[in-house]
Amino acid sequence: MNVHVAKINAMSDPDIILSVRKLRKQYSATVAVDSVSFDVRRNEIVGLLGPNGAGKTTTINMILGVLEPSAGEIEIEGIALAKQRSRALARTNFAAVYAPLPGNMTVYQNLRFFGLVYDVAELNTRIETLLDQFELRRFRDTKCGVLSSGEQTRVSLAKALLNAPQLLLLDEPTASLDPATAQDIRRSIRDIATHGSGGILWTSHNMYEVQDVCDRVLFLSHGRILLEGNPKTLPGEHGVASLEELFISLAREPLAYAENGR
Amino acid sequence: MNPRRIYAIFLRQFYLLRSSPTRVVPLFAWVAIDIVLWGFIARYLNTVSSPSHDFVPSLLGAVLLWDFFTRVMQGVTIAFFEDVWSRNFLNVFATPLSISEYVTGLVLTSIVTSLIGLVVMLILATTVFGLSFFVYGVLLIPFVAVLFLFGIALGIFASALVLRLGPASEWLVWPIPALLSPFAAVFYPLSVLPHWMQWIGYVLPPSYVFEGMRAVVAGQSFSSASLLIALALALIQIVLAYLCFSRVYRSAVRSGLLARYSAESVG
Repeated sequence: MNVHVAKINAMSDPDIILSVRKLRKQYSATVAVDSVSFDVRRNEIVGLLGPNGAGKTTTINMILGVLEPSAGEIEIEGIALAKQRSRALARTNFAAVYAPLPGNMTVYQNLRFFGLVYDVAELNTRIETLLDQFELRRFRDTKCGVLSSGEQTRVSLAKALLNAPQLLLLDEPTASLDPATAQDIRRSIRDIATHGSGGILWTSHNMYEVQDVCDRVLFLSHGRILLEGNPKTLPGEHGVASLEELFISLAREPLAYAENGR
Repeated sequence: MNPRRIYAIFLRQFYLLRSSPTRVVPLFAWVAIDIVLWGFIARYLNTVSSPSHDFVPSLLGAVLLWDFFTRVMQGVTIAFFEDVWSRNFLNVFATPLSISEYVTGLVLTSIVTSLIGLVVMLILATTVFGLSFFVYGVLLIPFVAVLFLFGIALGIFASALVLRLGPASEWLVWPIPALLSPFAAVFYPLSVLPHWMQWIGYVLPPSYVFEGMRAVVAGQSFSSASLLIALALALIQIVLAYLCFSRVYRSAVRSGLLARYSAESVG
């Protein structure tokens, strides 16, 4: 799609929360992300899938403004990240398995710190609501470092929702949760997407989870989007029984799908 | 700049100090030990030298002011190191927080933590060793201001260094004040140094402070223009240090260093 046309579409379509156009990241001779374009719409959960090293985290880091793209544009609710970083990032938040909150502060202190950084109005009320929502009340004054990994994940998710972000980025948010807790979290996030006004970009290696939660998936391999579609119908469209089978097939033979790449 | 974000950086440090005696003690313990050590050295020198010369205001005063500068610098770097130690860069910099807000927050933190050290040193130096700040007169205010500003500049620069070179380079930062002290004329006039060392001393604002302090204590005339030079140098160095931090930050965002500081891999 022509970048200029896509930009106009993003600006004119209020349902587009995240617009990524021709995104590229190159480290010397290595291209980590190559001409990736996609949107995340309001009330939509988009799964960003791919094998390790596919470029998922690089893409997320660029959307979070901690990694500068070599080329391409990122807009969050029509605000260009490169030009108005603070305004764009005020509309986002994230939880990632590799970015736990500081273990030397309590749950409340972490939420208060990040709440102030995100300039959340009526912060105390918001913190209390999230403590209840993620069943963290009994850990309110416990240092995050002594919590179990599952509890830390819940704190990270509470932090990610502090500013009721229009764009929520979740990088393997349920990776360290037991199946029951993971299911509860998935339901909570599904509710947020359905009843809120924002969109969610979700990465996971759990294909059952992706099928359960995501409205749309993007398969990334070697920095390029090779497939895109509904996770429930995509396996059938490619003659395989499950999303997991499709994932394995794509990871092992990306060239077979490359001609469909964007 | 959003004051709530600046306050957040300060509040984080307050939370950490409140819950950790190991963070509180260094705010005053090492400088207190320095005051006690140099207080007794000054007393001893008073007994073996000319009765007309009092080492307390020149020697102990110099130690106190130099330790204050060190505390200011470390006030900035330690607040920054908290993000290094807790691998928090990704969480902090993937927010609307701007670099100017972040650095201002570090400076605000340093003001409070260095004041704690200063108050403890003042109490010890005046009550135990009889150091009277009336000796310096109103010049004490610009003396402290110049050292404060230079401490901030060096703290920001040292943080940029660690951001650029990685967590292990923290060990390059701790000895910086000791490295500068021979050039900064803390205990002797610049004139005793070789020429090349004097030139380094001239670009260090503390050297003007300590030259001025010794002149005041000796009852000699002292040019206020040199204090203005020191003030201007310190302000320029703050601007340069901030530009250096911003440049290193932008470079870290471009190269992926910032993301890798927290994440094990850039997938």
